[in-house]
Amino acid sequence: MARATDIRSAPTDLARGAVAFHVHGLTKIYRSGEVDVAALRGVELDIFESEVLVLLGPSGSGKSTFLNILGGLDRPSAGDVLFRDHHLTTMSERELTRYRRDHVGFVFQFYNLIPSLTAKENVALVTEIASRPMTPSDALAIVGLEDRQNHFPAQLSGGEQQRVAIARAIAKRPEILLCDEPTGALDSPTGVIVLQAIERINAELGTTSVIITHNVAIADMGDRVASFANGRIAGVVKNAARQPAKSLKW
Amino acid sequence: MRALDRKLLRDLWHVKGQALAIAAVIACGVAIVVMTYGAMISLRETRDAYYERYRFADVFSQLRRAPLRVAAQVSEIPGVAAAAARITYYAALDIPSLDRPASALLVSLPDEGEPRLNRLALREGRMPMRGRDELVMSENMAQALGDHTGAHLSVLLNGRKRDFTVVGIALSPEFIYTLPPGQLMADDKAFGVLWMPRRILEAAYDLDGAFNDISLSLSPGASEPEVIRRLDNLLARYGGTAAYGRADQMSNAYVDQELDQLRTVALVIPPVFLAVAAFLINMVLSRLIDTERESIGLLKSFGYSNGEVGRHYLKFSLVITAAGVVAGIAAGLWLGRWMTGMYQDYFRFPFLEYRMDPAVFSMAVLLSLLAAALGTWTAVLRAVRLAPATAMQPPAPAIYRRTLLDRMGLDRIASMPTQMILRHIERWPLRAALTICGSAMAVMLLVGLFFFFDAIDELVDSFYFRANRQDVVIGLVDRRGERARFDIAHLSGVRGAEPVLEVPARLSHGHVSQRLGISGLRSGTRYRAFYDLAGRAFTLPQEGIVLSNKLAGLLQVQGGDAVDVDVLEGARRHARLRVSAIAMEHVGLSAYMDQRALWRLTGEPHAITAIQALLDRAVQERLLKRLKDIPAVATVSTRQQAISALRETMAKSMTIVIDFYIGLGAIIAFGVIYNAARISLSERGRELASLRVLGFTGGEVTYILLGELALLVLAALPIGCALGYGLAWLMASAMETKLFRVPFIILPATYGIAMGIVLISAAASALVVGRRISRLDLIAVLKTRE
Repeated sequence: MARATDIRSAPTDLARGAVAFHVHGLTKIYRSGEVDVAALRGVELDIFESEVLVLLGPSGSGKSTFLNILGGLDRPSAGDVLFRDHHLTTMSERELTRYRRDHVGFVFQFYNLIPSLTAKENVALVTEIASRPMTPSDALAIVGLEDRQNHFPAQLSGGEQQRVAIARAIAKRPEILLCDEPTGALDSPTGVIVLQAIERINAELGTTSVIITHNVAIADMGDRVASFANGRIAGVVKNAARQPAKSLKW
Repeated sequence: MRALDRKLLRDLWHVKGQALAIAAVIACGVAIVVMTYGAMISLRETRDAYYERYRFADVFSQLRRAPLRVAAQVSEIPGVAAAAARITYYAALDIPSLDRPASALLVSLPDEGEPRLNRLALREGRMPMRGRDELVMSENMAQALGDHTGAHLSVLLNGRKRDFTVVGIALSPEFIYTLPPGQLMADDKAFGVLWMPRRILEAAYDLDGAFNDISLSLSPGASEPEVIRRLDNLLARYGGTAAYGRADQMSNAYVDQELDQLRTVALVIPPVFLAVAAFLINMVLSRLIDTERESIGLLKSFGYSNGEVGRHYLKFSLVITAAGVVAGIAAGLWLGRWMTGMYQDYFRFPFLEYRMDPAVFSMAVLLSLLAAALGTWTAVLRAVRLAPATAMQPPAPAIYRRTLLDRMGLDRIASMPTQMILRHIERWPLRAALTICGSAMAVMLLVGLFFFFDAIDELVDSFYFRANRQDVVIGLVDRRGERARFDIAHLSGVRGAEPVLEVPARLSHGHVSQRLGISGLRSGTRYRAFYDLAGRAFTLPQEGIVLSNKLAGLLQVQGGDAVDVDVLEGARRHARLRVSAIAMEHVGLSAYMDQRALWRLTGEPHAITAIQALLDRAVQERLLKRLKDIPAVATVSTRQQAISALRETMAKSMTIVIDFYIGLGAIIAFGVIYNAARISLSERGRELASLRVLGFTGGEVTYILLGELALLVLAALPIGCALGYGLAWLMASAMETKLFRVPFIILPATYGIAMGIVLISAAASALVVGRRISRLDLIAVLKTRE
């Protein structure tokens, strides 16, 4: 793996330039019964427009919490997240809903498809409320599932289900794609197909993509790799060259 | 169609069994509202139209005898629109096909044209012609006897037999419901109304140019009490027995009473169903939302707003409610039509208009929506409040603790599955409580409805066996001297006979007064038993007056108080009498006095109007036939006949209604228990499948799920019985009318039947769910995540 210098917040170092997220002092404390559990302890990070950022780290290190806060699903206990000019931390519930609807696409480890809806309908669920979506068929074509549109989740393989989930996430043409362990439940060849779909969307739509994984092999497809440990970012490395998803193996 | 709506439809399809069960419960509530209101409105409109078209009078009075010119004076009373004078008499009939005496109320028809008031609705044939022995028979009697026009009938006119031809069969607004005098139930074979030309009755009863009965209609705005007061003044010297309005007219009072009771049913029963429906919707929806938490989180992560998510689940209950409402309205219309038709058998209308007020539909819809909203509210709120990040994670494993029973040492005696059951109940106490509550409601409803059977039995028992011990009451044509008793007492087969005097009177206390007949019974009577409010028997005191509890309540008097008594015939004497006792009676307003005291009051010693007798069972039939030939006998009512008439009416009208309610109770029980079982299964399917994988048998796994339900249903039974006791009490007090008090009594068997139906329902739902347990997919469960 080719690594360059630690560039935790040095936008000028990056050719891409503009900052999508500016994260400062992000802290999240969960209160469970009488004990406080700190999931995030002062995270500092900038995420650049159109980059692919891979978040690595053992389970419980705070990756998912971080991703949820970026996506407007959760609120931090302290600190600030700036999305372009907007402070996510001060947004109302209604504004957060708007933010998710207009800007963010999610992909989850367990696909989270609605079992009672077909592939196409699962995608339509999102396109119906988005402002400038592609058609569900187009979105499914991007992930190579144009001929499986009318299948229910139970009739699709795990990889296919995850590609439907990706199609669902990108159909609204989001500026941000947040993927939480997208290949976690898949075998290597199926996982690669899914990652290729993410890669293609990043290339074609310039979508800023954040991918959580505990699989080190996947780190190679990112522009940068941030390592989480114990609620903090232990280090950020820039890959000298992104490896195409096709070449990844685990 | 939007994807979200498509999801809704598929989700509904997925829980179709449960959705149907809820819709069925809602449909029941709506059906009862539509049915009872439909019947009530139709009955009311039909009655009003009937009264108007056939000119039902407003005020009625009977008298001894007045010349016809008095009728002209009556019509000059201010406020009187029209007056119709006529002759009425009770008379015995000779019906060869009948093994007992029959009687009829004879009513005169004007010689020319139709009656001015209380017109006849001819159903068949024509009116009698002048100079011929022809009559018109009331439809109830004609149908019961199978008579048509052309039939012949012997009537004892003032003791002389005379043969008539039935030329017409008719109905009258005066006799929508006919009761033989002194009876609880109609007896259509042995009692009817006969209309015949005035000339015939005039001659027979020596009332040439006179009348003994008058009806008036009032002009708009006239004061009924004022007209009655003036009428009574005018008729006093002709032996008038105090006029009365429609409220005291027997047939009208019965129709009013039926309307009141319909209203009570419409008010008390549907809310129970809608409460159960609300509870079921809540149960199903909140558990659906529990299982859908991921989808909810997901929708929110896509940017669906709280409002949109809330609406989605709201629609879920709305679709079910709408289905229930539509089915309920359809069923209610059909049942209402059927019920209204049933009134045709009970009440006599020449036409029956089935009417429905659209307002009833709106009310049914509103009530159902209210129930749905109540049931949906908390569940939807939970969906709305669910934070997306939390929703996306599987719920934390439920925290189980050692139960109270464990700590008491149960773990040492109970098997592992039993402990799982108990821990599950203790872990979800509210859920368990709701299941208990729902099942208890089913028991409650059944007890509250079946109680009517017990009430009727009690009514029959108290009226015909405990209070009245005579086998037969023989009404006399006129006030015979006590001699008539000897004549009858000496017939072979009569084991004993006592005279009865019935005197029309008005009883007043303060501002309240009531018109009724005072019964004069022989002192120390063996045929009539009295019980006080505490159920202790007492004998009729020689002085003072005994009032039934309903009458005492109406007059607001207690034992020892004085009431004013105005005799409404003869010398029309007045007296102030002490209430010597209050007698417990379920039916009617009655007053009793010692016969001698009553004779002194009226100033007519030895007058009697009826004879009550005990008969020798073996010769009863022959004896009743002999009574037919005694001219002094006007009516004969036997206990046996009255009871079987009562039972027959009940069988006709009640069994269908009761079957209907059994169905409703079963639907509620099934709805609650089936839903509870299905939801448990969907929540615990994984757990149960895992147990199967671990080597538990299908039976053991089924036991864990259904054992819990069985335990909850068993716990619900006594609670339901207690609630049913309350509902029965509520129904009994709501149904109480001026004439009628529903005895509040619930036999142990009633509780047993109610619990049995719920248990059968529970077993049926267990069977359905049990089959699903045996089909659990053991492999799939191990593959997917929690």
